Amino acid sequence: MIEKTEAIIHRMKDLPSTHLLGTGTPMCAGCGGLEALHEIYDILGEKTVFVNAAGCMTLLSVYPFTPFRGSWLYTAMASAPAGAQGIRDALDILKQKQQITEEEDLEVVVLTGDGAAYGMGLSATSGAMERNLDFIYICYDNEGYGNTGQQYSGATPHAAKTSTSKGAHGFAGYKKDLFAIWAAHKPAYVATVIGAEPLDLARKIEKVKAMKGPRMIISLAPCPTGWDYDPKLSVEIGKLAVKTGIWPLKEYIDGQVVHTKVPRQRVPVEEYLKLQGRFRHLFEPERDEALLAELQAKVDSYWADV
Amino acid sequence: MSRMLLTGNRAAAWGARLAQVDYYPAFPITPQTEIIEALAEWIDKDEMPGRLVTADSEHSMITAAGAAAATGVRVFSATSSQGLLYAMEMLYSVAGWRAPFVLVNVSRGLSAPITLESDHNDIVAARDCGFLQIHCTTCQEVLDSTLMAYRIAEHANVRLPVIVNLDGFYLSFTREPVEIPDAAKAAAFVGSFDAQNIRFRASAPESQAMAVLGGTPYSYFRYEIHLAQQQALAVYDEIAAEFEASFGRRYDAIEAYRSDDADYVYVMMGSFASKAKAAVDKLRDAGWKIGLLRPRLLRPFPEKLFQSLLADKKAVAVIDQNISMGKGGVLHTELASVMCGQANAPLLNSFMGGLGGRDISEEELFKIAEVTRQACEEGNSLEPRLLFTKDELREVRKLQAVAHVERAELGLTDNPA
Repeated sequence: MIEKTEAIIHRMKDLPSTHLLGTGTPMCAGCGGLEALHEIYDILGEKTVFVNAAGCMTLLSVYPFTPFRGSWLYTAMASAPAGAQGIRDALDILKQKQQITEEEDLEVVVLTGDGAAYGMGLSATSGAMERNLDFIYICYDNEGYGNTGQQYSGATPHAAKTSTSKGAHGFAGYKKDLFAIWAAHKPAYVATVIGAEPLDLARKIEKVKAMKGPRMIISLAPCPTGWDYDPKLSVEIGKLAVKTGIWPLKEYIDGQVVHTKVPRQRVPVEEYLKLQGRFRHLFEPERDEALLAELQAKVDSYWADV
Repeated sequence: MSRMLLTGNRAAAWGARLAQVDYYPAFPITPQTEIIEALAEWIDKDEMPGRLVTADSEHSMITAAGAAAATGVRVFSATSSQGLLYAMEMLYSVAGWRAPFVLVNVSRGLSAPITLESDHNDIVAARDCGFLQIHCTTCQEVLDSTLMAYRIAEHANVRLPVIVNLDGFYLSFTREPVEIPDAAKAAAFVGSFDAQNIRFRASAPESQAMAVLGGTPYSYFRYEIHLAQQQALAVYDEIAAEFEASFGRRYDAIEAYRSDDADYVYVMMGSFASKAKAAVDKLRDAGWKIGLLRPRLLRPFPEKLFQSLLADKKAVAVIDQNISMGKGGVLHTELASVMCGQANAPLLNSFMGGLGGRDISEEELFKIAEVTRQACEEGNSLEPRLLFTKDELREVRKLQAVAHVERAELGLTDNPA
């Protein structure tokens, strides 16, 4: 439930101009996950404790340096939401016993990749939602086990080549619908975002900041190393993910799914695919018309139901 | 102070209650479940404050326990067997966080084959994780050790989580008379939790459990845990003395029973040690100079104390309720490493028994004493042996015969092509 709305972000120029997350992290150039995290952190601010699961972003905080102005706890790959449970409960107990003041309280934010969110951490996440834990979950989804060299995960899209799906047709499976899995728990809020659409992202984060309960965010995270493209294309690929309809920007709130940015004239999916080495086999040495048509049809069918 | 009949499980729950725990991450598993049921009931009936949360797994439970302790509240949790192993990754992690809390483990044999009954393979599997380990023999000891464990865990020279271990069934479900300390006196003994600098507060941002790059900082932080464990030996003695002064019950790091003038010594942990005590009494009556050493602390391992208690003994029978596959009894190995090179070291003999709830009978304890003395006279250690009788082997053969007959009657062959 929204307790209060501070709709101060209407236009790009309303976005925060001071940036809170430090620079010089070991993330790759052009990391779409870090781009989203920068934008998110600017809004959530430093009165936060980030509870991290094993993934690329574990390397954000390497002793004795951190880009965060607030707090951080690394847990393990499977149980970051359980770590959030322990911190949230402990802070509530301390407030109840008047051992800390309201000013000392922190927003508890889980930060994991898709490997943890779509797979190993799903049980802990489900448990946190069923207990209506008051926390924010941010999944940066680069569609594979990126930190270990992009093996396919439950988040990998159909046909993508990964280091464990190098065959002629790429990954045989289909991307798991984590948004629907999360929404089935009826948490306070679920949304998809992407760093390349900062206004849409900022509005959603601003909204969750004013809410209580489980607030679940999946950010598609274009990944130059894992997806095999020039880092300078990260924003363009991110925008194309939305324009082609491959990454629908939406939110689940009060039992309803609302699309927050509907591409009126969808760009053909191949415009998105052809920029990425992981899909090069769809175009070279010759176009795989059948597979391209299948991927386009899947997107068309999604939007036909919207 | 009141005296009542309590199971080991309820004694553990009373320990947590008297320690004024704030937070109880929980997950049911036999034979531990009664602990969390008791705690949940007390909270539901407003008999005590505290918050109990059932996690989705023991892995999550220990994560939540460590995270809450790292935020600055007093935490208690309990598990057993498969649950302890399911949580194993997090046992190592939260010890590294230096998050002090108390975990009760109710020992139970490990799968496969799956069983509900007791042995120590679960708890010895957690030997190297960084948690301190206190092993109990009586229900009273379970309650008292839980109170002491908070003092040790939270001590500035330690700052590590502690496991209090009791045996499934033999202690968990056995009622014994237990003196429940006066609540105010227990609270005064345990004191309030001082989180020191391990906590999360908005005004004082902290990064906890960060990654390190390279072996140098890694070695530094891991060795710090080892040093804290070593410091815990002195802390243990100090707190045990304080406990005795407050409550009149004494718990040394190693319980030495009639061992002062003994030539022969049993060494064993857990509830079966009380059977060894009874055997010692009977053997003493028959003229034997025999005693028992029962380590309460497995971690930190009371090395110096063992060396002094075993000096000039003739021979030792270490009875392990566990097997390290491909090696043998774990306590035997630990003891051998401590006694190796001691000028006056006794002959060590290794026995393994009590696996998966199997009894260790009085006759077996007598036999162990006898063969240990014989080995000593001959001057050679015995081959390690498993306590397993011919009758038991016949029982297994009978089960196998039944299985074969059943298969034959169903027209199934034993050797499919």
